[in-house]
Amino acid sequence: MPSPLAPQVETAQAHWEHFPHQADMGVRGLGPTKESAFEQAAVAVTAVIANPEAVRPVEVVSFSCEAPDDELLLVDWLNALIFEMATRKMLFARFAIQIHDHHLEATAWGEPVDVVRHQPAVEVKGATYTALSVTQEPDGRWVAQCVVDV
Amino acid sequence: MDLQRLTQRNPHEWHIEPQGKMRVPGVIYATESLIREMDDKVYEQVVNVATLPGIVKASYAMPDAHWGYGFPIGGVAAFNPDEGGVVSAGGVGFDISCGVRLLRTGLTVEDIQPLKEQLADTLFHHIPAGVGSTGQVRLNPDDMEAMLVGGAKWAVSKGYGLREDLALIEEGGCMAGADPACVSDQAKKRQRDEMGTLGSGNHYLEVQRVARIFDDTIGASFGLHEGDVVVSIHCGSRGLGHQIGTEFLKRMAVSASRHQIALPDRELACAPIHSEEGQEYLGAMRAAINCALANRQIITHLVREVFEKLLPQASLTLLYDVSHNTCKVETHEIDGKPTRLFVHRKGATRAFGPGHPDLPPSLRAIGQPVLIGGTMGTASYVLAGTTKGMALAYGSACHGAGRSMSRHQATRRWQGREVVKELAGRGILIRSPSMRGVAEEAPGAYKDVSEVVDAADEAGLAKKVARLEPLVCIKG
Repeated sequence: MPSPLAPQVETAQAHWEHFPHQADMGVRGLGPTKESAFEQAAVAVTAVIANPEAVRPVEVVSFSCEAPDDELLLVDWLNALIFEMATRKMLFARFAIQIHDHHLEATAWGEPVDVVRHQPAVEVKGATYTALSVTQEPDGRWVAQCVVDV
Repeated sequence: MDLQRLTQRNPHEWHIEPQGKMRVPGVIYATESLIREMDDKVYEQVVNVATLPGIVKASYAMPDAHWGYGFPIGGVAAFNPDEGGVVSAGGVGFDISCGVRLLRTGLTVEDIQPLKEQLADTLFHHIPAGVGSTGQVRLNPDDMEAMLVGGAKWAVSKGYGLREDLALIEEGGCMAGADPACVSDQAKKRQRDEMGTLGSGNHYLEVQRVARIFDDTIGASFGLHEGDVVVSIHCGSRGLGHQIGTEFLKRMAVSASRHQIALPDRELACAPIHSEEGQEYLGAMRAAINCALANRQIITHLVREVFEKLLPQASLTLLYDVSHNTCKVETHEIDGKPTRLFVHRKGATRAFGPGHPDLPPSLRAIGQPVLIGGTMGTASYVLAGTTKGMALAYGSACHGAGRSMSRHQATRRWQGREVVKELAGRGILIRSPSMRGVAEEAPGAYKDVSEVVDAADEAGLAKKVARLEPLVCIKG
């Protein structure tokens, strides 16, 4: 089984990774579209807490958020996810996102936290503006990232 | 950090001379070796804080300073409301009023030795900790309002703890000026079933032994003697504080340009104290302080229940309860004149010196107990505020060790089970729902807390009184 902290390659292009921050953790989503980069960034948030592969997609939650630019939209999206994880005591590992004019609609699949099976390491308090960027690389690939406070 | 960029004033005080948009100098209290280890980001963040409107005297960093959000962790800055001063959500952080409470037990190490395993198991079972845990207290809307206004005082009125606890908590256990109307429904929802929970990450509950007393007189005044058993609780305002931090960070980042504030970093999000955003943040942030005080009060009650059951001869009394992520209104002498300032401490502990009117009568002659958390394998410290410290950085000191290694690096280096086994071999019992969490919090992932505490003592920020070593550690 791969390490929960190693990048999980879902397709040839879309994947997530963590990058170091002294006290906390950086989350990064990469994909062929902005939407897929946002989806992968969300998987990276789950991976801060537990191994996303151990999270079963048995319940569905819908999200919607809006922000003046892509970067604030990424932080809003991840904070909306963190809020639902905290109040529903759930983990999510599969996401489908649509973005139109800085308006985001998301569907997330997950399940209630199971301490024994998920071994959750740490709560995520919030997504921050540190190392925040949403960019399209010269090769067309989208990268969405920020540091989350744990 | 590059020493060439600093002017050394004495072995423990380093200045960043004002340059560019800096309104005041930067001042870092640390030894040369701690400065060398500090991230360059600390320099950048100390400089950025020094550019904010209304900042007074200097932008300070404590010996444990490390890369934070906007402010460095270990940052202290005060703003004058009458000179366009600001209040910053980034300057307080996400875990509003995170802090440490220390309880004496009246027991010695010999008293608890035969029951240590049982004590560890029962504390772990009785005090909710970790991701997804919920407390026994469920707050209806009326209770929520009362808790946000009343803090630990509310908790005592509900039967959690004793009336005499309150005098030994900052603000007498109840932060004035809290306004629940400024707290969003989302923040309240996030807190509904999280009262009396420890949280996760670097939060903990420890049973500790007093390993060494450095100052016999102050130690005796604090009721601490070598061989005594004490309990430390390190946690904050839980989901409510996190949500308030998240919401106001965004609101202040967006409103900054309207207030003609040029933010060098969005995380420095702030608003003039005399503005709608500033006032609403203060109302919400003070409510979060009350939430943290109530939370530590409920956990204290749960700890007392455990000791009552297993060690009924114990008597758990507060030494003190200090917060290290706050913004508070304090009066300090500026240019010979008492001045009302909004003092931000982000990962810095208030450390008022002897004679300060805000200290309870039992501590006023000695100075405030300053509680510094360590790691589960090293040590924590008790210091006392000093007269000198009041003049250095508004009566502030360090708050902990600070990480030297990211969580990612720590999990690659250590296995949780091995850390638990190694510490058990040294007589330290760890209880945690998550072995990965234990690996991420391995003692080796943190800096040497003793070096940080020595630097704070030598700089005169606070005086070293006692070293505490863990016997039992409950991690979230």
